[in-house]
Amino acid sequence: MAYETIIEDGIDVLVVGAGLGGTGAAWEARFWGQNKKIVIAEKANIDRSGAVAQGLYAINCYMGTRWGENNPEDHVRYARIDLMGMVREDLLFDMARHVDSTVHQFEEWGLPIMKDPKTGRYLREGRWQIMIHGESYKPIVAEAAKKSADKVFNRICVTHLLMDDSKDNRVAGAVGFNVRTGNYHVFKSKTVICGAGGASNIFKPRSVGEGSGRTWYAPWSSASAYGLMINAGAKMTQMENRIVLARFKDGYGPVGAYFLHLKTYTQNGLGEEYESKWFPALQQMVGKEYLDPEASHLTHRPIPTCLRNHCIISEVNAGRGPIHMVTMRAFQDPHLEEVGWENFLGMTVGQAVLWAATDVDPKNENPELTTSEPYVMGSHATGSGAWCSGPEDVSPPEYFWGYNRMTTIEGLFGAGDAVGGTPHAFSSGSFTEGRLAAKAACKYIDDGKGEGIVVSAEQIKRRMEEIYKPLEHYRVYRNEIVAGDVNPNYINPKQGLDRLQKLMDEYCGGVTVNYMTNEKLLNIGLKKLRIMEEDLESLAAKDIHELLRAWELKHRHRAAECVTQHTLFRKETRWPGYYYRGDAMKVDDANWHVLTVSRRDPKTGEYTMEKAPCYHLVSDEKSL
Amino acid sequence: MPTFVYMTRCDGCGHCVDICPSDIMHIDKTYRRAYNIEPNMCWECYSCVKACPQHAIDVRGYADFAPLGHSVRVDRDERKGTIAWRIKFRNGTEKNFLSPITTKPWGQAIPKLADVPGPSKEMRDGELLYNEPKYIRMDDGGLRTLAAAGLKLKMGISY
Repeated sequence: MAYETIIEDGIDVLVVGAGLGGTGAAWEARFWGQNKKIVIAEKANIDRSGAVAQGLYAINCYMGTRWGENNPEDHVRYARIDLMGMVREDLLFDMARHVDSTVHQFEEWGLPIMKDPKTGRYLREGRWQIMIHGESYKPIVAEAAKKSADKVFNRICVTHLLMDDSKDNRVAGAVGFNVRTGNYHVFKSKTVICGAGGASNIFKPRSVGEGSGRTWYAPWSSASAYGLMINAGAKMTQMENRIVLARFKDGYGPVGAYFLHLKTYTQNGLGEEYESKWFPALQQMVGKEYLDPEASHLTHRPIPTCLRNHCIISEVNAGRGPIHMVTMRAFQDPHLEEVGWENFLGMTVGQAVLWAATDVDPKNENPELTTSEPYVMGSHATGSGAWCSGPEDVSPPEYFWGYNRMTTIEGLFGAGDAVGGTPHAFSSGSFTEGRLAAKAACKYIDDGKGEGIVVSAEQIKRRMEEIYKPLEHYRVYRNEIVAGDVNPNYINPKQGLDRLQKLMDEYCGGVTVNYMTNEKLLNIGLKKLRIMEEDLESLAAKDIHELLRAWELKHRHRAAECVTQHTLFRKETRWPGYYYRGDAMKVDDANWHVLTVSRRDPKTGEYTMEKAPCYHLVSDEKSL
Repeated sequence: MPTFVYMTRCDGCGHCVDICPSDIMHIDKTYRRAYNIEPNMCWECYSCVKACPQHAIDVRGYADFAPLGHSVRVDRDERKGTIAWRIKFRNGTEKNFLSPITTKPWGQAIPKLADVPGPSKEMRDGELLYNEPKYIRMDDGGLRTLAAAGLKLKMGISY
């Protein structure tokens, strides 16, 4: 193969994946490392990459402390109850106390933020959400990243992290290939900030054929944050905490603005309120501490999202579907109608296309809602990701090892989906986490922690051979058959993805089994994933584009394995409505009010599971 | 909603190839024009549609759930700083929307951090980020700490 090897040496801060987390990291790194070499490696084009590629209509994480609206600890309590207690409150507090400074900068950079005409404040959609005209959100933050970075490498699929050959468990950069030229790229760096994405498409989607691209989370979010870090031996946390979204059917258009700003509500197929009748039984499962409708009504404490999903799922299973969003009243107001449509055009155009195709005008009929297939990620309303250190002035000893947002691998930092235990960061919080990671990475370098890194020629060559193997495999076996994709010696990436999605769906709690699993099923799932890993050695790619899909599949497979391990470990049903452990159908605080932490040994492939303590923010009587 | 490209409008400039986040807009080797090579990996994000100088790219809703006979067209104008949408329903109804995409001229509002005064050692060792504490509250208030908030982190069960 005539591909070149291109080596970028002497990097101080390498940003892998420049969505909102990565652009935040690259931007901020320049301030703390004015003479440092900052490089971005991105799978697509940073002007339109990551989950915000098509824009956003709201910033879902803004405190508004300048107007006395909320304090950081209020947001921590909100995320805590929404995730049934399972969050890293040090990381959440830290993100929340910085996030407003990020949003104020966005406004200065030209992001159109809507204002309340009466108060002059940012227009609130809900307690934490502000409304924006965010079509160009990504181009704007990309411009900031480009102003700070020495070099931006677009179209590089990063496949592996490089590890130091002189010191165990220390990162040394990353490798990958250019998805257009096919060239092999080696980035030698003192630190790496992983801003890669979470996982869509590891569970079988509800849609079939073409429509399987209309995932809730972007189809290019290929679990690379997890694939890269797990393979390098980083500890992961809360990987069982997949998320299921209640969204407009098929298009997965967002419902936040509808519920919060348009004040629409849901009803069952008979036009009845259905949620409250499921609450008594649900309270038996989760306990009054987590579901107390009366207290929620009085104090505006939210009812956890997973529990509201549970009511939808139960009502549909009881034969009273579909669930409708009651829009007909709100849409009579022309202003609200405009908000409703622009909400889709700003961030989920596909939903507008679908309603145009099916003649659904929410002014004249109430559209259907459904619950999605599960997704694994760490920046929306769930917190899967790497086990990271928190900030020095907040974190307890179990959560602190020197550098904010550093994983358990020295020099490897995370932002956005990569960081575990920090749900409800969303776009602004992910950008803020990138900024925090960048500052810490610069400090790590200034402290001399990145000196003396050795990357052997053997490591570089080994990874290169591994990367191109699917192309080679195709070349060797292709001519054994006349034509087509059926070959006894290989599978292609699409065939592999279908297999992964089917087994995750059936054994790990996907839509076709109503999100239900148990120990027996999970063990079968793990066995099938192990066999699939053997077959991934026989993956064939007919061109460079398929090679990209091959590596995305490998990252998805590794993330899926970790999700299954975690789901097996946590013997309880912590989040009914996201998934159910049929053999342990209750919340079990006595044994499982803990965070789950895993590590996969890169040499043996064996997982070690442990429980880490959960710390919560409480009033400190001494200081009051 | 997967994208497709009108044969008579595309001139093969490759803007869509350059911008597609999913790497699925490619140039056909025979016709020298762009097309979507993998519709089931298309998010209908419209990045290519917005980037096409010829308005040659359109979207036809996903075949497995969207009937034919609709269109959602867009014109993103960087010079004016606006984006215009036209939705056409299968039954012929039309809706039009216009939104701003930025409030500042492109490329000028974001400072180069290499040129701003660097951080002090005190800032480096503390918890502040660039432009903080000023930008957190836009007044003289400082960074929130656990002590200031009268809080501590306690191990175990709290609700």
